[in-house]
Amino acid sequence: MVVASIVPLSLQAESAYVPVLPWLILALPLLGALINGGVAFLRPGNTRLPTVVGPAAIIGSFLVVGANFLAMRSVPPETGAVVTLWQWMSVGGLQIGVDLGFDQLSMLMMLVVTGVSSIIHVYSVGYMREDPGYARYFSYLNLFVFFMLVLVTGANFALMFVGWEGVGLCSYLLIGFWYQNSEYASAGKKAFIVNRIGDFGFLIAMFLVFVHFGSLDFAAVVEAAPATLVIGGGVVTAITLALFLGCAGKSAQIPLYVWLPDAMAGPTPVSALIHAATMVTAGVYLVARTSVLFAMSPVTQAVVAATGAATALLAASIATQQYDIKKVLAYSTVSQLGYMFLAVGIGAWTAGVFHLMTHAFFKALLFLGSGAVIHAMHHAFHHTHRDDDPNDMRNHGGLRRMMPITWITMWIGTVAIAGVFPFAGFFSKDEIIWASGAYGYGILWGVALVVALMTAAYMTRLMVLTFHGDNRTGADAAPHLHEVPAVMWVPLVGLGVLSVVGGWIQIPDALPVLPGVHVLHDWLEPVFHPASAVMETRGLHAAHESPVGGGEALWAGLSTVLAVIVILLTFRALVARRVEPADAPAPAGLAGILYNKWYVDELYDRTIIRPMLALWRGCWRIVDVGVIDGTLNGVAGGARLLGWFGSLFQTGRVATYLFFFVTGVLVILGTLLW
Amino acid sequence: MILDFSSQLDYLWALLPEVVLSITAMTILLVDVFRRGPRAEQSGTWVPAAALAGIVIAAMVTVFQLGFEAHTTTSMIAVDGFRVTLTLVILVATALAVLFGMDYLAQRGLGIGEYYFLMLMAATGMTLLTASRDLIVIFVAIELMSISVYVLAGLDRKDARSAEAALKYFLMGAFASAFLLYGIALVYGASGATNLGLVASELASGAATRNPLLYAGVALLVIGFGFKISAVPFHMWTPDTYQGAPTPVTGFMAAGVKAAAFASLLRIVGVGLAPAAVVWHDIVWWLAVLTMIIPNVIALQEDDVKRMLAYSSVAHAGYLLVGLAAGSALGFAASVFYLGIYAIMTLGAFAVVSVVGGDLDAGAGIGRFRGLGWSRPLLGVLLVVCLLSLAGFPPTGGFIGKLYLLRAAVGSGEGLLAVILVLSSLVSYYYYLRVIWKMYFEPAPEEAVALPVPGRGFRLAGALTVLIVLAAGIWPGPAVDAADAAGTGVAPSALVGGEQSPAPSPVSGGIQVN
Repeated sequence: MVVASIVPLSLQAESAYVPVLPWLILALPLLGALINGGVAFLRPGNTRLPTVVGPAAIIGSFLVVGANFLAMRSVPPETGAVVTLWQWMSVGGLQIGVDLGFDQLSMLMMLVVTGVSSIIHVYSVGYMREDPGYARYFSYLNLFVFFMLVLVTGANFALMFVGWEGVGLCSYLLIGFWYQNSEYASAGKKAFIVNRIGDFGFLIAMFLVFVHFGSLDFAAVVEAAPATLVIGGGVVTAITLALFLGCAGKSAQIPLYVWLPDAMAGPTPVSALIHAATMVTAGVYLVARTSVLFAMSPVTQAVVAATGAATALLAASIATQQYDIKKVLAYSTVSQLGYMFLAVGIGAWTAGVFHLMTHAFFKALLFLGSGAVIHAMHHAFHHTHRDDDPNDMRNHGGLRRMMPITWITMWIGTVAIAGVFPFAGFFSKDEIIWASGAYGYGILWGVALVVALMTAAYMTRLMVLTFHGDNRTGADAAPHLHEVPAVMWVPLVGLGVLSVVGGWIQIPDALPVLPGVHVLHDWLEPVFHPASAVMETRGLHAAHESPVGGGEALWAGLSTVLAVIVILLTFRALVARRVEPADAPAPAGLAGILYNKWYVDELYDRTIIRPMLALWRGCWRIVDVGVIDGTLNGVAGGARLLGWFGSLFQTGRVATYLFFFVTGVLVILGTLLW
Repeated sequence: MILDFSSQLDYLWALLPEVVLSITAMTILLVDVFRRGPRAEQSGTWVPAAALAGIVIAAMVTVFQLGFEAHTTTSMIAVDGFRVTLTLVILVATALAVLFGMDYLAQRGLGIGEYYFLMLMAATGMTLLTASRDLIVIFVAIELMSISVYVLAGLDRKDARSAEAALKYFLMGAFASAFLLYGIALVYGASGATNLGLVASELASGAATRNPLLYAGVALLVIGFGFKISAVPFHMWTPDTYQGAPTPVTGFMAAGVKAAAFASLLRIVGVGLAPAAVVWHDIVWWLAVLTMIIPNVIALQEDDVKRMLAYSSVAHAGYLLVGLAAGSALGFAASVFYLGIYAIMTLGAFAVVSVVGGDLDAGAGIGRFRGLGWSRPLLGVLLVVCLLSLAGFPPTGGFIGKLYLLRAAVGSGEGLLAVILVLSSLVSYYYYLRVIWKMYFEPAPEEAVALPVPGRGFRLAGALTVLIVLAAGIWPGPAVDAADAAGTGVAPSALVGGEQSPAPSPVSGGIQVN
């Protein structure tokens, strides 16, 4: 049954890439989930087996992916290979197989997913060690990786949808992992419901694709699209808009982003893996996977790009005013996802996927670092029997002395996400910003630049509040703060290295001194070639100057310099500032310098943050509470009301039932014999 | 073996499964009568074992019938793929119902010989329904099934609700039977035949299709069956009866009665009334629409899981009617597939309810499911799999079944039905997922009542149910094959003697499975 057929679609069949043990990549995480699930059911107290099986299943899968990567690199296929495990269903003209697609894009995604997952699984061993649901946790996490791999390898819409739903299910289970807390549990519910709205779009798109292409295979759709559909036509716009609705749900874009910040209720490694590095990027992956269709619809492209930029700006503005360390990172993730959609929206597919990859590294790092902080805080509070919030940065401060490794690695993540040369985020973010300018999206280009600076600001604020200044944990708890064990800091170092070097696979030619590197671009070229061809027939070309003049090198240099300046200014402004809830007046002895600092802070606060916050609060009141919650509650309430009305006729009296029976008979006979 | 029905012996061969079932039933009744002592205890083990043995033999005999070659143009009994497939579905459902019900019945002193006798007689009526192709035989089979089930519903004599359930079902059922019989009479009056093959060729000749007698007859036939499959607005007895009857009986009713009645309806419409598509199509279309929308909406505010599942089973009748309304080979095949998977998944769901809400006084309120997923993980898995399948999530059989129905509806140009099917399923997510939510994300109630621990039979049946539902979702090939062969055999396009069959846009191509 397994490996029924392997169909290399490459033209040179004799030297084609043949996937190595493709089924094993999926089987290992699934097996891990089953074993850990069995342990969770039968011996919930056993931690030894999950400790071994959980990470081993994922690392094993990563190794198989690595072997496949080497095999693919030696013979890069033109159109990828499809492995049909078995025929899933064939109804009428609809043939759907359990087809795994191995091309350069899915390979990259598999590497990122299994690689980052491996690191996070190891970290989880330390983080979750004392949780009573240890085995259950690893069972869910392994299952998540399985579904994520189904999602990225699925060679048709249907199989991808299975993965799409599966990761949603695991996300829901893990957000509500501590289901005894009803607030956490309802966060899981919110994520699930909001995602269903998006899934509705996915389904509609799937039906439309089948109606117009007669197939759900990505390869067939990509090949047939330019000939089947009209560029800019209504059909392709409808399909892509429906797809994008699905992406907006899964990847937390306006207007469906509301679930992601709440999703932080889950354990922190889950936030790192699912709600930062992998699952939430599935929407970006879907757009990249169906890039041909998006390239054919200028309307959708504009919608995607504008939504991405708007989300990036909105989320970044919110992130500047959060005190929960995970909330800052959550809004930051929403903001960075906005960048990715900006990229794939304007047609810079490679840049979007590039940022997806680097973001997976540095955001996973930042989340795991915040997890280390929370872990340490939790222990300190636990020892002193205090129930303060370990996530609240107002309780942190000065942690760099107790947790030096976490401190340094998180700074690496911070400069990487801020886009400082030569860290990973610089290259990927610069490519997106530059592409949006080069393709003539002047406003979006400006937004992207501003958001980059805001990113530097809010991340620095996070670092300052958590690691710098004086410790605010309290004299009793502070002595109990320690660096996390090696099983947790080694993963941080690993991700730190990736956050530094991860961007070096793609260096623009325009930069002086440095050699131009196009490893990623060349690698993905076969996948995005059809979409690029469509873009060219539309007569779209990248300019060599930004909308306000200046070449790529100038703007890249300027953005990195500005990012550094913002980091330094924010640092200086915040590091000596007293943090809430300290309500004492500013120290009087340092009048002059302090005054200036306050001046900067006030300015920053008055001119940028408060209006932003006010705007955001307004948006939140009107859009979130009024429109979204109102609509959802309204629909649900209406349906229940209708149900109640219907149940009124269910009197329990036979006479009533006979009345409706006879009414039905009379109506039928009456209409028939009329 | 070739059956040409020239001798009575051929009918005996054709009715082999029914012969086995009824002999088993009567043996159980007779032996039980001659045993002494407290009957419920004594019957505890050997009677269900004997019943299961009879069912297994009947199933083997049914498979054996696959080798028969029957000339069924004018015979009263069909021996074809449709009969074999659906008889097997009913036998599997009956076996599961026996296994799921053993503990429940033994605890309440209901596990007496009569229960299994009635169950086997009802099963005999059901399998006979899948096979009969003569309106008179169909009526006899329906009454055999119905009368047995009336009694089963009222078996818990000491409980007023059980008696109420039985009485309501009986009153409404008697009423509906009258319509059914009248319909048969009118169709006979219009066509001069009760044999479906003859009815079809008479209708195909054209003269009868303008006859008002035929219109009224077909309408009354569909109404009579509409009651049995609980289509809106003939469904109103369903929640009350399903709630009041002993839960294993409820599961058996929801699975077996509906499957058998729908199978017979498929054969009547596909073989006998295909030339009169103008008459039945609109009725079936409207019944499908109402039956999909109304119960799904009412179920939203239902807090009793047993009643909620009753509404769910009504809604599923609506989904099944979509396949019939499609009227194509694909539609019939889709209905057959969905019937099979529906019978299994609904049985599994009711089985869990029989454990959790077994104590009728406490009821099956949704609050009793809180924390069930953790306190009773295996029961939790069984219920989750069945509910997800009822809702139509991959990778369960329910998903494939809905997809199959949607494909059939779209293929026959019934796009609106497909849209309503999708939207009403979307509504149903709420009440299915609400139970799952309670099971996993809310803590068990403080004053939790200790639930009975299911015995070996229940666990075996539960494992089988999960296996079948997941297998049908992950590897549906064989089931789709069987459903295709069965559905195509009775679909209007395969009409015997219906050369100028005006069946609504039969989709060619059918289903291929590698």
